[in-house]
Amino acid sequence: MDFSLSPEQQALKDSAARFVEREYGFEARNALLRGDRFSAQHWATFAELGWLGAGLSEEEGGFGGGPIETAIVAEELGRALALEPFAPCAVMGVRALLAQASEAQREALIEPIISGESICVLAHGERAGRGEDAHVAVKAAKSNDGYKLSGRKCFVLGGPHADAFVVSARTSGQTTDRRGVSLFLVAADAQGVDIVPYHGVDGRMVCDLVLDQAALSADALIGEEGGALDAVELALDHGLASLCAEAVGAMDAALWMTRDYLQTRSQFGVTLNTFQALQHRMADMLVETELARSMLYRALAALETDDPLKRRMDVAAAKAQIGEAGHFVGAWAVQLHGAIGTTEEHPVGHLYKRLAFVRNFMGASDVHLARFAAWSAEAKAQDAHGQAARAGRKADDRRRTSPVSD
Amino acid sequence: MDFKLDPADEAFRAEMRAFIRANLPEDVARRGRRGYHPTHDDVQRWQRILNAQGWGAINWPAEHGGVDWSPLRRFLFQMELKAAGAPVEDQSALELVGPVIYTFGSQAQKDRYLPAILNADEFWCQGFSEPNAGSDLASLRTRAVRDGDEFVVDGQKIWTSEAHKADMMFALVRTNSEVKPQAGISFLLIDMKSPGLTVRPIYTINEGLSVNEVFFDSVRVPAENLVGEENRGWSYAKFLLTNERAMSAEVPHTHHDLELLKDIAAVEILNGRPIAEDPLFAAKIAKLEVDLLALEYAVLRVLHTPEDDASLNAVSSVLKLRGAELRQRVSELSVEALGEYGLAVFPDVEGQDNMDKLAPVPPAPDYAAGHLSKAMFRRATTIYGGANEIQRNIIAKTVLGL
Repeated sequence: MDFSLSPEQQALKDSAARFVEREYGFEARNALLRGDRFSAQHWATFAELGWLGAGLSEEEGGFGGGPIETAIVAEELGRALALEPFAPCAVMGVRALLAQASEAQREALIEPIISGESICVLAHGERAGRGEDAHVAVKAAKSNDGYKLSGRKCFVLGGPHADAFVVSARTSGQTTDRRGVSLFLVAADAQGVDIVPYHGVDGRMVCDLVLDQAALSADALIGEEGGALDAVELALDHGLASLCAEAVGAMDAALWMTRDYLQTRSQFGVTLNTFQALQHRMADMLVETELARSMLYRALAALETDDPLKRRMDVAAAKAQIGEAGHFVGAWAVQLHGAIGTTEEHPVGHLYKRLAFVRNFMGASDVHLARFAAWSAEAKAQDAHGQAARAGRKADDRRRTSPVSD
Repeated sequence: MDFKLDPADEAFRAEMRAFIRANLPEDVARRGRRGYHPTHDDVQRWQRILNAQGWGAINWPAEHGGVDWSPLRRFLFQMELKAAGAPVEDQSALELVGPVIYTFGSQAQKDRYLPAILNADEFWCQGFSEPNAGSDLASLRTRAVRDGDEFVVDGQKIWTSEAHKADMMFALVRTNSEVKPQAGISFLLIDMKSPGLTVRPIYTINEGLSVNEVFFDSVRVPAENLVGEENRGWSYAKFLLTNERAMSAEVPHTHHDLELLKDIAAVEILNGRPIAEDPLFAAKIAKLEVDLLALEYAVLRVLHTPEDDASLNAVSSVLKLRGAELRQRVSELSVEALGEYGLAVFPDVEGQDNMDKLAPVPPAPDYAAGHLSKAMFRRATTIYGGANEIQRNIIAKTVLGL
């Protein structure tokens, strides 16, 4: 294990930090909020600086990184409250494609995304599917020359900026069956596709994706028909970890911004940092931030294991823990700033809003806590079962190999 | 950054697990899994087994009889020890005074005390706190006056853990009251059998005995028992207190307690089903487990961060604070899981430290024993070693610069 940044990782972090410092100041961001809530020029810069492929190995078409590199970029973007769809496209969209697409599809689809030509986001969540990743009610009916998709995907982050969607749809089975979920590539301008845009609490654009007999050719199917749920879950886990990294960046920013504020703001003839009640509150904020960062690292480690149960468990644990920690730090940062913290005019309120977004997006803390509880029990049962099996095997071995010494 | 556990470390962990399973006596392990303080004999038996293996002091350098394991391996070993129910070692000796003696002590002190610690021939207690010197330790008043080749010690220590079992005490004593408080303190090793030294037990709210008052009435201590230089004791104490900060989170202990809690929750019935399947209770366990997973990674970060790294201060500051809170929460939840029997006082029938020697054993399942005792005793975890409010002061000052 190594918790220090390698020279390459440090360079990546520095490049992201330099960019946000130069381009993503409070006023510059406010200008984006008054417009498209997105900058095509920034997105091109993300691609140019290699961030969109930073989290992919070379075999995956990237630049030799992994989840840690993704998190480094996401943390800096979170700190700056960037509005561009990094997590839904460069993380979830790409991960879903990598896990599910055929060799030929991967070759055709991944490169345009990491070069910034195409923004392709994952569209999986549905309103009735809260807390249940296998819930896919959007139907894909076979037609003569392909499929027809119908149904609604909700709250697709970054959807209004996308030119294509990776859409999960059911090709067989009941709404929550694990089998029967397929992925399709759906162009934003395809017939029967309606994009309903709006914006979320943190200023980012989201949309509902309404599919009404959207006609797709057979080659829009990504990979195997009916077996895409594992890939979706993997993509969601990568996305959750990326959100957690954003939150850690925003928490860190809120913490130190508040520290600086307490050192400068005077009341009763002294600066606020002299009040012990406020010092202790800030100490708790630091503790939450450091534990959140620790938990983020745990989730990143889990993304690299081959054991999906362990991966899902640790990512859910991270989302539950970091969601709450982010709220704690964000809410107290606002409180310690006093009235100005509750306005659009000060960045601390915007940090709070990003943390509020992460807390409830893709499953609130209790959703992930409940999943974690269930998966933890499952892991314990597997463990006990494995131990019993091993003990049985050992006993067998003894019977076979040691008739003399016994 | 790279968070993969080295396969060699995984192999080490498996090797340790196998060793402990093969060598930890069954009755010691059974008592270790209970919530009571381990008996003198159990600590001694297990320490001698470890010492025979060369693992008597895993946090000491090899030249003083320790091992040169990485911090990570020491942590993994602790996890395995706790998981198996091994008794907690004599921490005062191995984690606190031992490193002070081999770092600042004379050769004669090293030869005299270190082997006896390694083999658990002598047990130690820490004489730091006084009735009017708790969080404000530097205001301590127990004084030691030089008289020829002896010091004469007068005063009182309190909250002295295991003083009733200890052979030796390491104490902070005032040798100069003319200077600022920190500059007049010395570090003295005191034989607990010295004439004029008396120990009064203080029973804590778990009806058990682990802390004491110790009174000094003209206790004569050989001058050769002074560690390092006179009036430099405060710096040795600071060294001692920061030495084991990664261990201060006590993650292995809480991990073990959490496993016990899950075992209880799997069999205790609420509303006709195991309480582990009650959604509200399951959520409480899950929250604890999640918090522990985060804390464990914070420990791993500290273990892998070089001493001179600027980020170390921030992450290590959370360990004691949150570690202490988690220890309380897991034992409180264990009591809750047990229902009304969770409130029944189980005397520590195999120990010697009960306040009520004649207390009957409640007719509850075996696994119910010990949890109430832990929950009561653990109110102290957020107080000892620098109360959590002091920890917050330290974070505010040294990390946040407030």
